[in-house]
Amino acid sequence: MLKQLILSITVSLIFSSISAQNALEIMEKVDKNMSSKNRIVESSMTIHTKRSSRTITSKSHSVGNQKAFTEYLSPAREQGTKMLKLEDKLWIYSPSTDRTMQISGHMLRQSVMGSDLSYEDMMDDRKLTDIYTAKFIKNETIDQRNTHLLELTAKVQGLAYYSRKIWIDTERFVPLKEELYAKSGQLLKRTSFSEVKKIQNRWFPTKMLYKDMLKQGEGTEFNIIDMKFDQNIPEYIFTKAALKQ
Amino acid sequence: MLAIKLAIRNLIGAGLRTWLNISVLSVAYLIIIFHNGIIDGWNLQARNDTQAWEIGQGQLWHENFDPLDVFTYQDAHSPISKKMSKLIKQQKVTPILLTQASAYPQGRMQSILLKGIIPNQKIVKLPSAALSSENEIIKAIIGKQMAKNLKLKKGENLLIRWRDKNGTFDAIEIEISEIFDCDVPGVDNGKIWISLANLQKMINLENQASYFIVNEKYKGGDFEKWKFKTTDFLLADLNQIIEAKRGSGVVFYGLLLLIALLAIFDTQVLSIFRRQKEIGTYIALGMTRWQVVKIFTVEGSMYSILAAILAAICGSPLFWSLSKSGLAMPAGTNNMNIAISERIFPSFSIELIVSTLVFVVLAATIVSFLPASKIAKLKPTDALKGKIQ
Repeated sequence: MLKQLILSITVSLIFSSISAQNALEIMEKVDKNMSSKNRIVESSMTIHTKRSSRTITSKSHSVGNQKAFTEYLSPAREQGTKMLKLEDKLWIYSPSTDRTMQISGHMLRQSVMGSDLSYEDMMDDRKLTDIYTAKFIKNETIDQRNTHLLELTAKVQGLAYYSRKIWIDTERFVPLKEELYAKSGQLLKRTSFSEVKKIQNRWFPTKMLYKDMLKQGEGTEFNIIDMKFDQNIPEYIFTKAALKQ
Repeated sequence: MLAIKLAIRNLIGAGLRTWLNISVLSVAYLIIIFHNGIIDGWNLQARNDTQAWEIGQGQLWHENFDPLDVFTYQDAHSPISKKMSKLIKQQKVTPILLTQASAYPQGRMQSILLKGIIPNQKIVKLPSAALSSENEIIKAIIGKQMAKNLKLKKGENLLIRWRDKNGTFDAIEIEISEIFDCDVPGVDNGKIWISLANLQKMINLENQASYFIVNEKYKGGDFEKWKFKTTDFLLADLNQIIEAKRGSGVVFYGLLLLIALLAIFDTQVLSIFRRQKEIGTYIALGMTRWQVVKIFTVEGSMYSILAAILAAICGSPLFWSLSKSGLAMPAGTNNMNIAISERIFPSFSIELIVSTLVFVVLAATIVSFLPASKIAKLKPTDALKGKIQ
């Protein structure tokens, strides 16, 4: 009886250790696939509200997770609005007032142009392996693709979401679905990733649907129109002076 | 005495002209008293309700707390010291903790302010006893206006989402255990009240508060690092609104009073013009010029006395009835974010009535004196001849 118990505990420990290791490896592969030295992305964001939908197109330049510069291209009302992120600081330039405003502290928690994303959501692009402990749960099929379901639990303080569930494509190592949870276990947000394309030898989902699960509505759709990795981006783009140009 | 007798006789003799003058002036009296009575009644009710429901006899604020800047709420809290705990036990102060949150009624997102209060407090009228819970369900109380906005009834559940002190999201369903009827937007509009202990646990701020409400037992002044705010300071916005309302009323009844005074002025000018022979006779009989000026001035100011009597006869039953039944406010006034009840009970104080009487009599006397003062320059011989000056 004792032998059986010891054997069972040992097997369970070995299995959980392998699972954790596998989960970490999977996440590292995802990070490797999704991260790059720098990137230039042209995208559209469609915000669905109760009464109508509106689409905002933008072009972003980013270097790692420290620097990002975004210019809104349409609609006319948003055209020329620019955002600059340098480490943990964010500035917004509005052409209608010709003023640059720093978004800081609690203002980072506000919604970006009425979407289901906050400035903080947009800015927080730390590697998941740095801030969450990953645990392999099971394999599942999503849209006829095999996925690993991982559960991530916060390992550092101050994260907006205490835990996440993430479904990773077993072949292409890109997320296909993600769920963000509150500390109480309440599901807060769900993101679906689709139209995975190969861009410069990387698999990357080009369509994302963000949905705040606590409120009604169809969520916010994010489409990548064009994406380039590891380009020569001039350093002046990431300066406050570039906002007014 | 002679001047008063003559004035009364002349006023009665003038007939319809006198009645028209005193009618217009009595309407001015009534409107001045009515408007100020409404404002005073509203002021009294708003001050009493705000103190009873929201501010007590003052508040002790955290040094970073600014109720007008929601971004300060995150950092405006400190631990409750042992000395302060003693004051809480003695029911001299009650702590309040607050944080921004979102409510999701029927799948809509609405920004709210989550406020924590001790269930057994007796300092403000909030029915906080309804926050006591014997199980794990978090109970909440909300105002009637908030219940209307959220479309919630007593006993229904509401999903709320907030962030703890580290910024991590959390969400839970709470139960509305009581809906209170209160005219103070500071405790109703956009506010959800839960027990202090629950809120402290939810945002990981054990034994902390953002501010304290004090009652008359508290001696006043700053306490440790908490800054004392007097009722005058806390009611400053309300006072400004009331003064602005009073100011806008002055324009309205000022115009009416101006019309009435203009009528008295015109009557006086006409009277002096038509009664030059009479003026000459008075002077010829030995009256000094200033005695004659006095007769005409008293005559003019008698309009305001008679108007006051007429206003008292007409207005007393009306104002008495209004002060008992109150005046219904139009629908939607309680959405204006100011403390205003559905019915306002006007306050017609002796001070208000006397000050209005003095003001109008003084104004009528001045406008009566201005044309009458020309008599002082009149030559009695010319006056007797009836020559136009």
